[in-house]
Amino acid sequence: MPAAPQPNEILIAGGGFAGLALAVALRQALGRTFRVTVADPAFGKPSQDPRASAIAAAARRLFETIGVWDAVAADAQPILDMVVTDSKLQNSVRPVFLTFAGDVAPGEPFAHMIENGPLVAVLVEKAKAEGVTLIASAVEDFETDSAGITARLADGSQIYAKLLVAADGARSRIRERAGIANHGWNYDQSAIVTTVAHERDHNGRAVEHFLPAGPFAILPLKGNRSSIVWTETAKEAERIIALDDAGFHGELETRFGLKLGDIKVAGARRAYLLGYFVARSFVADRIALVGDAAHMIHPIAGQGLNLGLRDIAALAEAICDTARLGLDIGGGDVLERYQRWRRFDTMTMGVATDGLNRLFSNHSDVLRLVRDIGLGVVDRLPAMKDMFIRQAAGVTGDVPKLLRGEAL
Amino acid sequence: MVVIFLVFFLEFFLGFRLEKAAIHTGAARSSQPRHREIIMAQGPLGATDSTVDAAEIERFSKLAATWWDPRGPMAPLHKFNPVRLGYVRDQAVLHFRRDAKRLDSLKGLRILDIGCGAGLLSEPLARIGAEVVGADPAAANIEAAKLHAAEVGVAVDYRATTAEALADAGERFDIVLAMEVVEHVTDVNLFVRRCAEMVKPGGLMIAATLNRTLKAFALAIVGAEYVLRWLPRGTHQWDKFVRPDELEAALTAGGLSRIGESGVIYNPLADQWRLSSDMDVNYMLTAERPA
Repeated sequence: MPAAPQPNEILIAGGGFAGLALAVALRQALGRTFRVTVADPAFGKPSQDPRASAIAAAARRLFETIGVWDAVAADAQPILDMVVTDSKLQNSVRPVFLTFAGDVAPGEPFAHMIENGPLVAVLVEKAKAEGVTLIASAVEDFETDSAGITARLADGSQIYAKLLVAADGARSRIRERAGIANHGWNYDQSAIVTTVAHERDHNGRAVEHFLPAGPFAILPLKGNRSSIVWTETAKEAERIIALDDAGFHGELETRFGLKLGDIKVAGARRAYLLGYFVARSFVADRIALVGDAAHMIHPIAGQGLNLGLRDIAALAEAICDTARLGLDIGGGDVLERYQRWRRFDTMTMGVATDGLNRLFSNHSDVLRLVRDIGLGVVDRLPAMKDMFIRQAAGVTGDVPKLLRGEAL
Repeated sequence: MVVIFLVFFLEFFLGFRLEKAAIHTGAARSSQPRHREIIMAQGPLGATDSTVDAAEIERFSKLAATWWDPRGPMAPLHKFNPVRLGYVRDQAVLHFRRDAKRLDSLKGLRILDIGCGAGLLSEPLARIGAEVVGADPAAANIEAAKLHAAEVGVAVDYRATTAEALADAGERFDIVLAMEVVEHVTDVNLFVRRCAEMVKPGGLMIAATLNRTLKAFALAIVGAEYVLRWLPRGTHQWDKFVRPDELEAALTAGGLSRIGESGVIYNPLADQWRLSSDMDVNYMLTAERPA
């Protein structure tokens, strides 16, 4: 008779950056006796994700602390400068209202851009090196008892753990099975995401045009390429995505402008329906929600990845403190501490980005005047601008250790 | 004036919340009348010079089954547990030069947990590597403790016995814990002396209890039992609370010397207990037997 498999301490559903970074951080902090498993049906398949993410300073410190930054940095483009413009679509000149000289501290750019594919690939390699068990299947269902939680996977297997972490994305199966509802709404907007190659160097400059349909962001990638996040009404986005290559190129060029010379679409294009929601609770019995499973905010401020990493940094710290006291890592102490730590912060960020979107996504000339005055004022107040940059970089508030660059 | 009154009232009110947890919660939802008979000469288990109070044992026994339910009658103790556990671990790690970050930081240390109840302290200490003897005179508690340890797969040597019986048997430990028991025994000096006997040279004794101050009287007795009725009247006797100097004197008489002390207070905003220099209500002392 084979020996019964050893129970896991923690099972993480979802192998995106949040789930993988959590797995790596826990193995490093708690050693090889602390068994961590990550389950994701996408393991072993090439990345289908055309998106790129902004890594803020705090998130970068997390990657440095868990020892993946050198590998990530090879594919990451520092954002050295950020420009915000506000104009109508037809205007050939887009006046600049706000510039950020991007340093949080001298020598530290306030964000890096990286494509999701290479980022996740680096984290998968690191997780393997740290002895995290990776399973190419999805968590379908679960059942709790007094000492743990049994997860049933799509491949028919079962995994027993003390804690189940739902890092399974905006349409989290686990959140749904746990009966946790969302507060939120859809914007009736979609973000068209693609990658563009251009003739001239972007010099690390990120550009955000606030067009009437919503923000059109040009985010610098390595090697004369930029990631485009282009907001349209859901219907218009559908139309644009369905255009032939020449038609799509035309629409893109109208918005992108000619500052970087000739442009060429250099990757897949996809539209993502935008919404804003926060889960009513970030925890359930022996379950913690992290990243998009817990919240999805408007990408206007590029905070999705950073919020997700703040979640896992807080959760990792609560788990470590509890495990080192010999207490139950799936018990109320860990879950309550995590929820108290993260939920308010998330609501604040969500409401702020929602307000930004509502302010900018419209055709009103009065609002345009109001926001231009606002941006002009911000541009002339160094202290306030610094605060915005630091908040955008995620270094304010009650910051978990990993985001301060400290080991757990 | 109104503001001052309000602030005072709030402090008072919130103070009770903390007191509710501070107090042995064991008594929380039990309402049987308090028995005053005290067994001095012969304990229930036949030990000589027992300091066990029979009425206390009976009351705690009734709660054995619910002890491990974090939302049950022991909820306040579950809230309080991490801070005292953290104190014990940190004192042990400091004294025996261990690494608190390891999952087996207390590996090889032999620990006695007197008045262990259903093992809220014993079990986690065993999980981080200690060889724990959990002793409680209430057999029902020991049964509940054994059941739970088996359920979660942790090895603890639970015994339905008293500190006196263990001392008589010549047991010796690296660390002897008397957490929230000192105020439940009939003779503090005798109890502490018998516990201290079991501390190996170079070992530690850590005791946690309630201070005999007016503040503790106001919070623990008047507030918790009479005003807010979180605890049945008669749960705690203020005159059984122990002042730090009295506890220290008892430890010194047992051949130990005090090397650390800390108060424990409740932060209502974070809903968390934390260590503090304020020892007016809950406090802990650490003493060492010189090597």
